[in-house]
Amino acid sequence: MPTRLAPVDVLVVGFGWTGAIVAQELSDAGLKVLALERGAWRDTPTHFAPTFDQDELRYYWRYELFERLAHETLTFRNDAAQTALPMRRLGSFLPGANVGGAGVHWNGQIWRFLESDFVARSHNLSRYGKVAIPDGMTIQDWGVSYRELEPHYDRFEYLCGASGKAGNLNGQIQAGGNPFEGPRSREYPNPPLQLTWPPTLFGEAASRLGYKPFPHPAANLSRAYVNPLGVQLGPCTYCGFCEKFGCGNYSKASAQTTILPVLMRKPNFTLKTECEVTKINRDSTGKRAVSVDYVDASGQIFEQPAELIVLCAYILHNVRLLLLSGIGRPYDPDTGEGLVGKNYAYQITSSINLFFDDKIMNPFIGAGAHGMICDEWNGDNFDHSRLGFIGGGYVGVVQTGARPIETHPTPEGTPSWGGTWKRAIAENYLKTMSVVTHGSVMSHRGNYLDLDPTYRDVYGRPLLRMTFDFTDNEHRMSDYITDRASEIARAMGPREIKINKRSGHYDIVPYQTTHNTGGAMMGADPKSSVVNRYLQAWDVPNLFIMGASAFPQNPGYNPTDTVAALAYWSLEAIRSQYLKSPGPLVLA
Amino acid sequence: MTSGVSRRRLIAAGLISAAPAAAGATEFRGEYPWTGGAAAPAGVGGGEAYVFFTSAEAAFVKATAARLIPKDDLGPGAVEAGVPEFIDRQLAGEFGHATRWYMQGPWSAGETTQGYQSRYTPADLYRAAIAAIDHACRREFKGETFAGLAAADQDAFLTRLEKGAVELGGIDGKAFFEMFLQNVLEGFWSDPIYGGNRDMVGWKLIGFPGARYDYAPYVSRHGERLALPPVGLEGRPSWRPR
Ligand SMILES: Cc1cc2nc3c(=O)[nH]c(=O)nc-3n(C[C@H](O)[C@H](O)[C@H](O)COP(=O)(O)OP(=O)(O)OC[C@H]3O[C@@H](n4cnc5c(N)ncnc54)[C@H](O)[C@@H]3O)c2cc1C
Repeated sequence: MPTRLAPVDVLVVGFGWTGAIVAQELSDAGLKVLALERGAWRDTPTHFAPTFDQDELRYYWRYELFERLAHETLTFRNDAAQTALPMRRLGSFLPGANVGGAGVHWNGQIWRFLESDFVARSHNLSRYGKVAIPDGMTIQDWGVSYRELEPHYDRFEYLCGASGKAGNLNGQIQAGGNPFEGPRSREYPNPPLQLTWPPTLFGEAASRLGYKPFPHPAANLSRAYVNPLGVQLGPCTYCGFCEKFGCGNYSKASAQTTILPVLMRKPNFTLKTECEVTKINRDSTGKRAVSVDYVDASGQIFEQPAELIVLCAYILHNVRLLLLSGIGRPYDPDTGEGLVGKNYAYQITSSINLFFDDKIMNPFIGAGAHGMICDEWNGDNFDHSRLGFIGGGYVGVVQTGARPIETHPTPEGTPSWGGTWKRAIAENYLKTMSVVTHGSVMSHRGNYLDLDPTYRDVYGRPLLRMTFDFTDNEHRMSDYITDRASEIARAMGPREIKINKRSGHYDIVPYQTTHNTGGAMMGADPKSSVVNRYLQAWDVPNLFIMGASAFPQNPGYNPTDTVAALAYWSLEAIRSQYLKSPGPLVLA
Repeated sequence: MTSGVSRRRLIAAGLISAAPAAAGATEFRGEYPWTGGAAAPAGVGGGEAYVFFTSAEAAFVKATAARLIPKDDLGPGAVEAGVPEFIDRQLAGEFGHATRWYMQGPWSAGETTQGYQSRYTPADLYRAAIAAIDHACRREFKGETFAGLAAADQDAFLTRLEKGAVELGGIDGKAFFEMFLQNVLEGFWSDPIYGGNRDMVGWKLIGFPGARYDYAPYVSRHGERLALPPVGLEGRPSWRPR
């Protein structure tokens, strides 16, 4: 029997980006908050110090900061006809595993979604008619609008000290910003980052072609900044060890650099690390969550009761915990019924390498979100009539730092080893750069998450099973925007280019993005969503589920600004309505 | 229903010991935890003698590394960079034992999109594959091991291995080649603390300045050949007192 502990007001499961935001807001409301994190404590000087942080082997190739698959992984297959097999080594995505979660080793690319992204189904239907949404595409509206989220986007961007240039201030288009973005209530808290040559050249070429390039919005700081909580961040040094690494310089926004110095000192907040939540328990009605079970590092099992439970364990673990706890009805792709695990989606990316004879690009200089972008082909910013797909993505140069084991492109036709290869990398390393595309993935009937019938974690519990492939819609879209990106690449005048389209089946081996989405969708109707517009579980009103699990499909941008905005939106409803009268915030 | 997790099961899985547990969780309240001098530096590779490879394996690894990144007029290759010693240390440690990987069965080859599905850890795979490759070479080249072949024969053999066209009696030669090549690149370009990239020759070859932490003064110096001498996590040889 688990040891039963004294109850708390709020229990936060997982202590990464959303966990820290939730704990900060609800402890501010005077509640007694406990966060349980499966990983260990992590802080800047001890774990990411600039005396040892720039270590490509240790942090990327030996996975030091990421999830330990020996402990827990998932199984994967492209479609239901295959047998899912475990992801034995990390590859395509890199879930976080300690205090700060994946926010410790993200890039800081901080994007808002488009107004039309939140109404993807009704918008595409009304503009293009039924043909826009082929059979099997299961996209939905979100039940929340851009305008409702705007103040919450703003909140997160000011917490992070985001660097960028607004393209739309209260409806007025601003030169130099993204003209396609939804209206912002004010300018970014900090000006854009400085630019190296490759994104500068991209911006010049795109402008010549008549496009409207703008600086990549960055949660890397362009100057010293004190955020609204009084926490100080330092200017980015462009060290080039950002994505997959911690930041030793307090220049990349993370829970550690924006919230924890304030939150950790509060008397009504407690964090317990090395505590893995294994199940959410409900009362006999099934309508109320009463506690969670967790296992600590010594294998002791505890039951922790709470009035309010908030899942913040990252989309994959949120969905798995729901399935393991029997909350909601698991999705069945054969009948299309059930909702938990439905509409899993991802991101589709491609790239173009450019090789120059005479231009020194210094590709080792970089920051996670340092670049220039064109948004002409994102979302519904362009006319999709007769293109045969919906959705889109951004195109640009994002110079994050060419760490050599990971990044050493060679021209088309170069062998992959030997003397000729050696000459090619020696000649090209300093004179290459790349243009990337970052595209949406619509949800599809056959793409989903459930529990694996065979493989188990260290505790003997079923692993999550991922069934996923890119559909024709995604390939057509990605090819189309890759062609546009290639046109801009050519206009930059390289000696030659190499186009890396995303062809064939989704492959779990090469790193793409850690932008997994869906499985516990938000929406306006309990018949088609797991959580309501405030991220409250329809079936269990004292359970809230944060994170990209709420996305009904994945727009063409990185998720975290929206993940955080949704968290603040939900927390506002919890503070202003739920705490006064706990119960459903939306009547079914 | 309980969560299906029991202490007995965890003991059986080898996850915890049966002895009464020490503190299993760490609790933080009312303070920002920080301990001076507790920073987490990397494990270090270094040293000359092999700890994992037998002498026959070492001969294979050296010969292969010398073909993958040869020494030439551009400068030192993988052998001169210490790549064989680097791989040796990696195989003797966490990586070799696949400590972080999920290594529970059942086992099945699967599709390429499902990734590595071998029951071999990297250490096991090197051991088995090198023996099988030398065996195949002896048969094909009148008793010679791979290391004893002429460079052109070695290149031709490696080209076939890379394509999966060498029969190795049930061992996936293509998967081995892929892992080997990746480890060679790692040894050529990782920080010198791990025993490879000696004198930072890998970084010098391409112009990567190493473990620097501040390029702010250089960001807008577009197109300039900065020629910053590389720096490792332990500095540069010239920084150390003689
Ligand atoms: C390499 C990389 C680059 C990225 N770059 C970007 C980017 O540039 N822009 C962007 O928008 N997004 C980016 N992301 C994604 C971003 O990191 C995530 O969107 C964000 O961290 C999600 O926040 P979260 O709170 O949902 O999850 P996380 O921040 O990952 O936190 C989840 C926490 O829950 C813990 N946990 C899980 N299961 C349990 C359990 N059972 N019990 C207890 N604790 C548990 C985990 O250990 C973790 O600490 C990147 C991610 C990675 C890995």
